[in-house]
Amino acid sequence: MDESHEAQHQSVEVSPTRRAFYIGFINGATGLIGLALAVPAAIYLLFPPRLRKGQQWVEAADLSTIPTGTPTEVSFARTRVDGWKVTKEKATAWVVKKPNNEVVAFLPQCTHLGCAYHWDDPSHTFACPCHTSSFSIDGQVLGGPAPRPLDRFMTRIQGGKLDIGPAEPHA
Amino acid sequence: MRKIIDWLEHRTGLESAIKNFLYEDIPASAGWHQIIGSMAVFFFVIQVFTGGLLAFNYAPTPGEAYNSVKYIMTELTGGPLIRGLHHWGASMMLIIVVLHMIQVFIYGAYKKPREATWMVGVTLLLITLAFGLTGYLLPWDNRAYWGTVVTTQIASQAPIAGPYLLRLLGSQGSVGNVTFSRFYALHTVLLPPLTMILIGIHIYLVRKHGVAAAVGDIAPKRKFFPEQVFKDTVGVAVAFIILFVMAVVAKVPLERLADPTDTAYIPRPEWYFLFLFQTLKFFKGPLETVGSVVLPGVAVLTLFLIPFIDRGPMIRLGKRTFAISFVLLAVIAWTGLTTAAVVTTPKNQESAEDTTAPEPETVSSTIPNPQVQAPSAAAPAPAKVAAWQRLTPQELIGLGHFKKEGCTNCHPGAGQNGIGPDLTKMPADHRNVTWMVPHFKNPSRVVPGSAMPPIDLSTADLNALSQFVLKLKPQNEQALQSAPDFVIQGATVYQSNHCDACHQINGAGSTLAPALDGVGVRHDRAWLEKHFADPGSVTKGTIMPPYKFAAPDLDGICKYLLQLPKGA
Repeated sequence: MDESHEAQHQSVEVSPTRRAFYIGFINGATGLIGLALAVPAAIYLLFPPRLRKGQQWVEAADLSTIPTGTPTEVSFARTRVDGWKVTKEKATAWVVKKPNNEVVAFLPQCTHLGCAYHWDDPSHTFACPCHTSSFSIDGQVLGGPAPRPLDRFMTRIQGGKLDIGPAEPHA
Repeated sequence: MRKIIDWLEHRTGLESAIKNFLYEDIPASAGWHQIIGSMAVFFFVIQVFTGGLLAFNYAPTPGEAYNSVKYIMTELTGGPLIRGLHHWGASMMLIIVVLHMIQVFIYGAYKKPREATWMVGVTLLLITLAFGLTGYLLPWDNRAYWGTVVTTQIASQAPIAGPYLLRLLGSQGSVGNVTFSRFYALHTVLLPPLTMILIGIHIYLVRKHGVAAAVGDIAPKRKFFPEQVFKDTVGVAVAFIILFVMAVVAKVPLERLADPTDTAYIPRPEWYFLFLFQTLKFFKGPLETVGSVVLPGVAVLTLFLIPFIDRGPMIRLGKRTFAISFVLLAVIAWTGLTTAAVVTTPKNQESAEDTTAPEPETVSSTIPNPQVQAPSAAAPAPAKVAAWQRLTPQELIGLGHFKKEGCTNCHPGAGQNGIGPDLTKMPADHRNVTWMVPHFKNPSRVVPGSAMPPIDLSTADLNALSQFVLKLKPQNEQALQSAPDFVIQGATVYQSNHCDACHQINGAGSTLAPALDGVGVRHDRAWLEKHFADPGSVTKGTIMPPYKFAAPDLDGICKYLLQLPKGA
């Protein structure tokens, strides 16, 4: 019924070619407008925020205060960018100074599920209290469910001070 | 496909509902002049869509709001475009709603039986204005804050209701958290569904009474689809292209973070409220309420009652001379008032700061200074004077803290986008140590909502940091920050041993003993070391006491002193 009603009006009012042109334009224009809104919206939502100037290096400790061969928990203040906020927060690292003055700084989280581990002097290992993962002094997995060695911070030594940078990407 | 459509139709009746809507009968005289209503609906949809997107990255509390808008504008790809669409879309929506109203008014389409349609339409216009008013505050910059202070003060002048209105807007005392939350709630929670309901009622009423035909139009009716829909779509497409170009080309302003202590700021409302703002200037003293509340109130009431004031039958457009001249007069008055408001607006401090004259004493690192070219055995003096060489010891210590605290992470420098403001363009009332030091100690107490973390240094060090920050200019900040570490170390030794109690460097310190500018031209390192160990051995009759420095300190202070250029 609808169809015949419609057809009757078409014949009176608009020629089929005009009607096709109208409908084509309506579909095309609304499609383009939709696209012009959807594409920027997708970019806006999906693209990661522009990286701000790389995470800064922080002076963490005087190298002479770190004993050689014994892991030391060093705490320092660093700024973290969280969306539109910058927070200055306390951060820690387990720092190991080798006899040749080479330094390694480990992130303080276990690579299994992120628990804070500690240095167990008697057993000479880093021990995680959560699922008994343990790591050697150079970060290698000795036992437990940890999937990879301890993650490390980038480090550099300047004028007798230890600077800690961003975390090294793990393999 | 057909099968799915049939299934849907059978279960929901969707297809026949859409057909019913599209194949509405409209008078033969309908045409281009009736496309504006559809355009208004389209712009409302744009505002809902872009507003939702903005809300995804927006923190609705003062201060945080500003930072998140800045984040949208500087960190997010497409952020400025989305905000541009929302910002300019708001203005265009208002223009279109007003045009729609003018069209209906001129044609007299509000007459019986369409009085209710008109009144719902007037309500929608008021809601559009309310959207503009509440949305204006949400970026929480100076413009937003001060604009809202003025608006809420105007509302407070309303007879009887004023104080209650002020309480409702949460702005007794001052515009702050409570006002902000209420504006946000109105703008995003309350007004959008209300608008949707009213648009629904408005369209329902249009359908109920049919589109108003021109007088004497007895031609057979036509269908809404496709011809009129085509015309509507053309209007929508043209308006959208204009909006999109505006959003890409025209930068949406984001001024400094709202500062309630800024006495220099000149508040102005959004452009479409400027005429009201200007009207107020004609009413002085007790009459002010007339301009701020009574006149607009009467105008709104008149708008509502127009269908009851003008009750005659529909007449041809050509005969509606009164209505047309009324609209013309209104447009002329509006344009005149708005122009007057724009013309009388002084330029704001914000932009005036950009033109701060460069300090004449600033020495760029590229200007050669022949005076310092005299060679010295220990440390050949540099041929050019770098900008940092003109810093006082205290400023150098400040520079040391500036680097160590990572200030450039958020304040990357002139012309670059950072989280924090450009330090070379601080407002005048912040350019002093008494403002800066408390700000460093507790940023958010001095600037409510500031995202800056407190700086944990002694007051003396913060003083030095302030001194250095005050030196920053767009043309010298790179040069200043290139000072080598040994200079900062040397200046620290110099200052911690209170050398400035007798000596002077770059104009800072005492003149009791010789100024040290250009000391490297007069003496070499061996002389300096001997002088520190036993001043009397190289300078007869000196009152300077001997200084025993640790080796690194001695190295630092010698290197620092030897590079000092001669006085400017």
